[in-house]
Amino acid sequence: MRPLAFLHRRARPDPAPSRLSYRLHRLWLTPRFRLGVRVILPCVLTCLAGLHYLSQPQVAEAVLAYAADVRRQIEERPEFMVKLMAIDGGTEELSQDLREVLPIDFPVSSFDLDLEEIRQAVEQLDVVESAQVRIRPGGVLQVDVTERTPAVVWRGPQGLELLDATGRRVAPLVSRGTEPDLPLILGTGADAAVPEALELMAISGPIAGRVRGIVRIGERRWDLVLDRDQRILLPEQAPVPALERVIALDQAPRLDLLSRRISVVDMRLAERPTVRLAPDNSYFLGDTDPQNGTLPNE
Amino acid sequence: MNDFYEHQRAMRAMRKAAMQRGVIAILDIGTSKIACLILRFDGAHMGRESDGVGALAGQARFRVIGASTTRSRGVRFGEVEAIRETERAIRTAVQAAQKMAEVRVDHVIATFSGARPRSYGLAGAVTLQTDFVTDANVAEALSACDLPDYGPDRDVLHAQPVNFALDHRSGLGDPRGQIGNRLSVDMHMLTVDSAVIQNIIFCIKRCDLELAGLASSAYTSGISSLVEDEQELGAACLDLGGGSTGISVFLKKHMIYAESVRLGGDHITRDISQGLRVDHATAERLKTFHGGTLATGVDDREMIEIGGDSGDWDRDRRTVSRAELIGIIRPRVEEILEEARQALDAAGFEHLPGQQIVLTGGASQLPGLSETAARILGQGVRLGRPLRVHGLPQAATGPGFSSCVGLCLFAAHPQDEWWDFEVPAHRTSARAFRRAIKWFKDNW
Repeated sequence: MRPLAFLHRRARPDPAPSRLSYRLHRLWLTPRFRLGVRVILPCVLTCLAGLHYLSQPQVAEAVLAYAADVRRQIEERPEFMVKLMAIDGGTEELSQDLREVLPIDFPVSSFDLDLEEIRQAVEQLDVVESAQVRIRPGGVLQVDVTERTPAVVWRGPQGLELLDATGRRVAPLVSRGTEPDLPLILGTGADAAVPEALELMAISGPIAGRVRGIVRIGERRWDLVLDRDQRILLPEQAPVPALERVIALDQAPRLDLLSRRISVVDMRLAERPTVRLAPDNSYFLGDTDPQNGTLPNE
Repeated sequence: MNDFYEHQRAMRAMRKAAMQRGVIAILDIGTSKIACLILRFDGAHMGRESDGVGALAGQARFRVIGASTTRSRGVRFGEVEAIRETERAIRTAVQAAQKMAEVRVDHVIATFSGARPRSYGLAGAVTLQTDFVTDANVAEALSACDLPDYGPDRDVLHAQPVNFALDHRSGLGDPRGQIGNRLSVDMHMLTVDSAVIQNIIFCIKRCDLELAGLASSAYTSGISSLVEDEQELGAACLDLGGGSTGISVFLKKHMIYAESVRLGGDHITRDISQGLRVDHATAERLKTFHGGTLATGVDDREMIEIGGDSGDWDRDRRTVSRAELIGIIRPRVEEILEEARQALDAAGFEHLPGQQIVLTGGASQLPGLSETAARILGQGVRLGRPLRVHGLPQAATGPGFSSCVGLCLFAAHPQDEWWDFEVPAHRTSARAFRRAIKWFKDNW
């Protein structure tokens, strides 16, 4: 009887590793190689796969949309919402104008508000000299406005306008009568020389009652227009001393230059002031004001 | 000699490099098994100071992190016989140990038992020019030893200074720094067949490993299985291996003699195999399970089933009494021990102060061996097991691993050898000059 053991007997394989597997095993035990395979290689592969996935356009779109959505959700939290606008420092009219100018649909997220842009939009208005825009706690868009103060009335190409002391346009004026206290300037380019005009007006105190306005001639020099069609032609350079001289002449005792029948006092040449007589007697001083109209030594 | 001197120095440099990396492999190329241990050295330079001429490097803190054993192939009498087979076995062992240690080893220290070791006692002396002994003086004294003519195809495996004498004072462990006029040194030199070493070097190179040291297994098993006072007072270690039996004699903690008997456990197995007409594996099993050297009355009645796979019922159901088995084993064991006795007699073992003989190695596990050995070798016979080493698996603590463990200790505390001392300068320059001349002659 044959034992069955031979069925279980197998040629036992040589346990020795082949040179290749031995070398591979040693390579695998090399720390640097191991690190490379176990850490760096998976990282690189994952990154590459991720980049490949993201580089597909629809995926990129979806990711961006999701990001935008999340951003939107955060921005639209009630803590960040601006519900109303408060305008301080301006007239009611200005507030109305500003509300028209700033097309903001409240409530709006504070992330969507570009305060600098709003400030510039507000300062675009002529009447606004400067503005501060900030978001107050409680969801209020606070606009602090400093208005321009009108200093002169200018009759320019577009009609009557109010200008401030620097010559910036403040507002259009319907009629001269609404602002009787402000001096009137005329002529093209007069707005560019408002400070000079104001200076002239300031020193024209003694004859202030007679000044009708100041006319810019040829965008280079001033004419001071008095009532009774009198004009004082001022030079381009140094108009203030010239006017002071005229006033001095007028103030001089017994001279009363401007009370006489004179239509033009020409100061354009400083060394040769010229006086033009009125063409007729229609504005003879004596007619209206005999006290002043007669020459004392006449 | 000089080539091998250079080679030994290169191996020392390799060993230092391995110490710096902290991982080194221990390879015991035996006839019946190839064992590989992987050591990790963690704390450097914490070792005890040895009594010799200073330790090369005091690394003591090591730990076995990987161990594996594989059946040896292509090795006979402790010598590599079939290089490819042995290389495959080494690969198996190294790979398994690496797998256990989860670390790659590049440096390996190997031990082997065969190669017909031959011991020489050398003596050299120099007159000191300096006031006290320096390293250079020790090197000079070592160089002054008369080299015996040990044959062209043999190499020096160990060359250890075992004793220094300064003027009339002998027995100095470390003469450096002492004052004297004449320094003499006794050196123990062990030569082996160079072909065996070349084969081992080739095998290890084929496994992509760097050889960082070579040691005789008789020496390493002596290190691990002799206790300290035995080493000090004089003792012999018999490493009963598979293919050969290593004999080493220690005195004053130095090996003073080594020999190898080309008989071992495999011969016992072969006797059983021939005597009982069974195959080698069965014979090995019978030897390990039922073997012994002392037969008693009960052994006549204890019948052992030989077993077998031949398919022949009559053949496979044979039984043999244990007394018969012992009757086969015993003459061979006695022969081995007689050979060892002769070697010890030749070495003058009876003149040593201590007469302890320690049996270790795989074949020393044979029951009754100590009694048999006591009859032949004298009363001071004990069975030795290797020292306990940190991290060594339980399976590798038996006497079969004493040369392995000894090699661990050898790696951690290397004995100073001749090549650890710088060659005196004039020798080097002369040699370099001769080499240059030789090169010119060869090339023009």
